Amino acid sequence: MMILSGDPPRSRALSLILIAIVVVLAITPFVFPGAKPLNVAAKICIFAALVASYDLLLGYTGTVSFAHTMFYGIGSYAVAIALYGMGPSWAAVATGIVIGLPLAALLALGIGLFSLRVEAIFFAMITLAVASAFLVLASQLSWLTGGEDGRSFSLPELLRPGTVFIKDLFGVRINGRILTYYIILVGCAAMILGLLRVVNSPFGRVLQAVRENRFRAEALGYRTVFHLTYANVLAALVAASAGVLNAMWLRYAGPDTSLSFSIMLDILLMVVIGGMGTIYGAIIGATIFILAQNYLQALMGAASNAAAEAGLPLLPGLLHPDRWLLWLGLLFVASVYFFPTGVVGRLRGAPKPAE
Amino acid sequence: MTDLLTLEGVHTNIGRYHILQGVDFVVPEGKTTMLLGRNGAGKTTTLRTIMALWPASQGQIAFAGRRIEAMATPDIARLGIGYVPESMAVFSDLTVKENLILAAREQAMDTARLDWIFGFFPALRKFWLSRAGSLSGGQKQMLSIARAIVEPRKLLLIDEPTKGLAPAIIGSLIECFAEIKRSGATILLVEQNFHVAQQIGDSVLVMDNGMIVHRGDMAELASDIPLQERLLGLSLEAHQ
Amino acid sequence: MTDIPAPSASDALPQAKRDLVPVLLPVILALLMLPLVGSFSSWVTLTIASLAMGMMIFIMASGLTLVFGLMDVLNFGHGAFISVGAYVATLVLLPLAGMSQADSLLTNLAVLVPAALAAMAVSGALGVVVERVLILPVYGQHLKQILMTTGGLIVAEQALYALWGPQIIPLPLPTALRGSFIIGDIAIAKYRLLVLLVGIAVFVAIQLVLNRTKIGLLIRAGVENREMVEALGYHVKRLFLGVFMVGSALAGFGGIMWALYREQVHASMGNDLTVLVFIVVIIGGLGSIGGCFIGALLVAMVANYGGFLVPKLALVSNILLMVAILMWRPRGLYAVTSR
Repeated sequence: MMILSGDPPRSRALSLILIAIVVVLAITPFVFPGAKPLNVAAKICIFAALVASYDLLLGYTGTVSFAHTMFYGIGSYAVAIALYGMGPSWAAVATGIVIGLPLAALLALGIGLFSLRVEAIFFAMITLAVASAFLVLASQLSWLTGGEDGRSFSLPELLRPGTVFIKDLFGVRINGRILTYYIILVGCAAMILGLLRVVNSPFGRVLQAVRENRFRAEALGYRTVFHLTYANVLAALVAASAGVLNAMWLRYAGPDTSLSFSIMLDILLMVVIGGMGTIYGAIIGATIFILAQNYLQALMGAASNAAAEAGLPLLPGLLHPDRWLLWLGLLFVASVYFFPTGVVGRLRGAPKPAE
Repeated sequence: MTDLLTLEGVHTNIGRYHILQGVDFVVPEGKTTMLLGRNGAGKTTTLRTIMALWPASQGQIAFAGRRIEAMATPDIARLGIGYVPESMAVFSDLTVKENLILAAREQAMDTARLDWIFGFFPALRKFWLSRAGSLSGGQKQMLSIARAIVEPRKLLLIDEPTKGLAPAIIGSLIECFAEIKRSGATILLVEQNFHVAQQIGDSVLVMDNGMIVHRGDMAELASDIPLQERLLGLSLEAHQ
Repeated sequence: MTDIPAPSASDALPQAKRDLVPVLLPVILALLMLPLVGSFSSWVTLTIASLAMGMMIFIMASGLTLVFGLMDVLNFGHGAFISVGAYVATLVLLPLAGMSQADSLLTNLAVLVPAALAAMAVSGALGVVVERVLILPVYGQHLKQILMTTGGLIVAEQALYALWGPQIIPLPLPTALRGSFIIGDIAIAKYRLLVLLVGIAVFVAIQLVLNRTKIGLLIRAGVENREMVEALGYHVKRLFLGVFMVGSALAGFGGIMWALYREQVHASMGNDLTVLVFIVVIIGGLGSIGGCFIGALLVAMVANYGGFLVPKLALVSNILLMVAILMWRPRGLYAVTSR
């Protein structure tokens, strides 16, 4: 209970699913051989943390930000540029972190303070504009970011696949890659537990009061401005950290893997499908989404081919693997409308009051 | 004498606040009924509930023999109810003329009726083509009332028309209400100032804590000082 | 309308000062740029380009700002109407390429006008569907509105990919609209001039509707105080559906203009333009048509002059413009809504 900050899943089914996800993620290197399952598992971890940090904003403060990938990208690029420029050393990793995280925090602070001056309703639009400018910037400043190609780099020796620690543990060779995976798993778990602690602290309850009724919260004497900005900065820090882990896993940072608008949409889909304002929803949403992204697309490809062979009109195009976002978009709209509380809300069964 | 408006057991919730807690009263046709009570008693909420701007969660509201509690605001207005909100809500970006064009749902405004209105609100003729936003507070109130009577309406709901206005303007408003009543309209008027209320009203309703706590004749209440003090206490002192 | 004697001059009220500073902004900006650009002919070219681009953005953004002003609805899927308009236009323009490539203005227009009408009809109809399906169920809930309309944008964009494929569709300008008028050493692209004229016509038409018709008065009144319009007996939601439809149609119209300007169509164009349109709407003040017009001109000017003078700056110039305007007027150039 301590580790969950007194906020258990509150549903037997949900608890079982969460335990199952965590256990499977923990033993993935041993039970699912090959590179792809490990990639999928690492991505689930990273996105669970990223989405949880977004949930702090969307679910707990009720603000829609489109700049979350920007912070994720800052983390990714910071560590990538540092490792690219300084060579594969731990000093470079540290440099990336020491530059990236404060930069993300400062930018979040800047956006927060700026949007305080303007109407709250502008926030979503302003973040969208800022994020798109940042994306353009990142793909144009080639000397720094590598432009559209991004930056590939090597990791410190310890984390490389060639570094073997144990030749054979339950039939698996424990190398630097697997060590990296566990660093990511533990790091992301720590971030999610940390966020759980934040939302269950007095601060988190103020955030919810602000979401329910900003004027009342202000009347009660809370400096909502301070709380919202603080939540923004915190979410940005976690997102940037997830970005660092993402870049280290991919040994690459580029616009498509860390900054693009489609990642922002992915995050939105995951948080809504999992369940807003629950933190646990992030884990569920990320798992469902990443699994679907990696395995459902193949299925769609098969269905598309079958439809094409059967000579059906339109269907091959609609079922083409590249079109999977179409179906996710529909699912997204349907879940906002019919299941606004997401999977977690459904499993908990208790309908939350409408926002 | 028939009852034009009837409220029975009306409850209204706003968010988690239970404002009206079973309001019952009738407004007799052709009379001016004053709705009094201290701040927060639920007077404004009562008017807004009748207009379905805040829908009733329980109870019945009937107007001219029709149930209206489930109807939409515009449909209620079209039954012949004019509403003058506390905030006046003139469209400040529009001219006086344009404000009245919207208020007159028929294609053209009736000039004779406009002249009748200009009779007690000459400022509106004077500033006919000025933006409503540039009018003074009293002129805005006149425009807001003019909007409600630019075409004949059966019932007028008027919320604290004298609030914050100079005595001279209040005097002209009192005359105007008398004039409107003579034209055959029924009025339900929220007022804080008893001194003003007793000059306008035929009958009186007093609200407290979301319920009607007194209903009766205005003359009766005006002559019963102890009752006034018990019902209105503070608000009476505040205005005398 | 009733004839009432106009007030005599003696008792005229001191008119509330019309706020003209924002109107002067684009003019001042253009004049300031003249010495910086250096050559007069380049300055004219850049200014015409800015005005033309501004008109297109204004046409796309006008619906969004009214939709917000009237019903507090933030439509993040507005860009979809832009793309849909452009794609629908290709359905008319490409099969009839013979006509649009004929060297006769009349023949060109005979295919352009139906293409524009088709674009507006389809995006307007789509607007009605979007309003009923995505927006009506979540009135008054900003968070869900943003999510629903963002979802709608994804679906629309993906549907366009599914129907037309991911490739860029070239859309050449009709022959008569290519090339430039040459006056001395100044070259003015014909199409830009046309866009400019059409844009001004749309602006004037919108202003006339808003100021001279009862529907327009209702829209303006509704933007300021929706409740009071309802209490006067008008169904604002019906009015809103109409405004939403027209706004979507205008976005589609802007889409075909933009596609011809760029001479290509792509499913992501709506998405890309959404950001510009949002910036314009924010700068102008949500709900204000005049502000939207000025905002569009400013954004286009900053893009064109900035791109010419400091190409690197063009990447973030829009953001800088937005920040500057909002620091000066936190609610945009003209704050209309009383909310």
